[in-house]
Amino acid sequence: MSENHAMAFTRGFTGKRRGDRATRGDRLPPGQYDSGEDWPTLTAEATPRLTPEDWSITVDGLVEEQRTWSWSEAHALPGSTYAGDIHCVTTWSKFDMTFTGVSVDTLLDAARPRPEAAYVMAHSSTGYTTNLPLEDLRGGRAWIVWEVGGTPLSVPHGGPVRLLVPHLYFWKSAKWVSRLELMDRDRPGFWEANGYHDRGDPWLEQRYQGDP
Amino acid sequence: MEVTRDSEKLVRLRFEVADRVDHLPGQHYVLRLRAEDGYTAQRSYSIASDPADPLLELMIECLPDGEVSGFMHAEARVGDEFELRGPIGGWFTWAGDVPALCLAGGSGVVPVVAMMRHARRLGVEHLLRVVVVARTLPELPYDDELVGRADMIALTRENLGSRVAAPPYPDELVDLVEGVQRAYVCGSVGFASFAQRVLGEAGMRADAIRVEQFGASG
Repeated sequence: MSENHAMAFTRGFTGKRRGDRATRGDRLPPGQYDSGEDWPTLTAEATPRLTPEDWSITVDGLVEEQRTWSWSEAHALPGSTYAGDIHCVTTWSKFDMTFTGVSVDTLLDAARPRPEAAYVMAHSSTGYTTNLPLEDLRGGRAWIVWEVGGTPLSVPHGGPVRLLVPHLYFWKSAKWVSRLELMDRDRPGFWEANGYHDRGDPWLEQRYQGDP
Repeated sequence: MEVTRDSEKLVRLRFEVADRVDHLPGQHYVLRLRAEDGYTAQRSYSIASDPADPLLELMIECLPDGEVSGFMHAEARVGDEFELRGPIGGWFTWAGDVPALCLAGGSGVVPVVAMMRHARRLGVEHLLRVVVVARTLPELPYDDELVGRADMIALTRENLGSRVAAPPYPDELVDLVEGVQRAYVCGSVGFASFAQRVLGEAGMRADAIRVEQFGASG
């Protein structure tokens, strides 16, 4: 990847979206803008046809006990809600979202990660994958969710169930999530093998491989 | 840098990029604008040029209230310097190796133009089939290159020759899908969803479709 880092400013550019920053600037990571009401969908593959009856989530790999939950079994777990912002690497951020589902901690606690587990590969039923440090799925910072704004998550937005890791860029929040595989070593997922960052912290602007 | 305003809505920018890394057709660059106080805005744009082109070509559609596209339309001129980063993306790429069908809508034709130019240079034009969709011919980016080269141009708001204005029908695509190992869909979210459906109805396997879609992100 080449980069011409003339850090000089762009002649004549002052920025049009500063209104957003003036009111919510402290919530907008660098290089992001407020998408307002829009919630763009970005998908690399054909959108699948999925129903709740077909869906299940499995936690396996380096765990003491491999576990699988069906749609109804997952709904019987203690519920958990995230209210806050999301940030997409394509530079939009969306404020004040509400997602409902189950904390990933609940799933991991049931499967009991082995001491050597340090990374997780999230798999989707489409074959999509994304890798995350296990730590980023711990501590009440990650969910599997089936509702947004009080309504069922639509298929284009990853329904019936997607992963939600809102403190990282949104490609880490795998749509149509079906499996969390615990690993001792990091290995790149789909976008990560295609040039995107292994961790993806929007506040550090970890967009692409090679970013800090 | 060269700047050509193809229409009221389209500006063609050809950059001389220092230490440029070769790209594959289908990849994109990030263009970042920086204000004097450090405020930045950046957007991704597909590459239109062949990797062998000494310049890097982007075609930018001016979006309503677009922070980056609006600036490039109104302000960019020869001699300006910009921060560019790329090439980015390793999925929506075509190296001229497998028989492929592109179905692109509106400014989604840009990466397809890169693939077409690449195919022409490599002498493998027979491997690439191209279907483009636009409202009218003047609104179609690169209409001059696409007319005569594309296997099909479907206009939705005006007739073209004997073809009545309409999006492509599955039966119009059946022959084009035949023998194709991969399909590339590029366009707006609405277009991409339509395109995947119509390709499926024409007999294209869903798992052989690669999609690049964009929302209105200015």
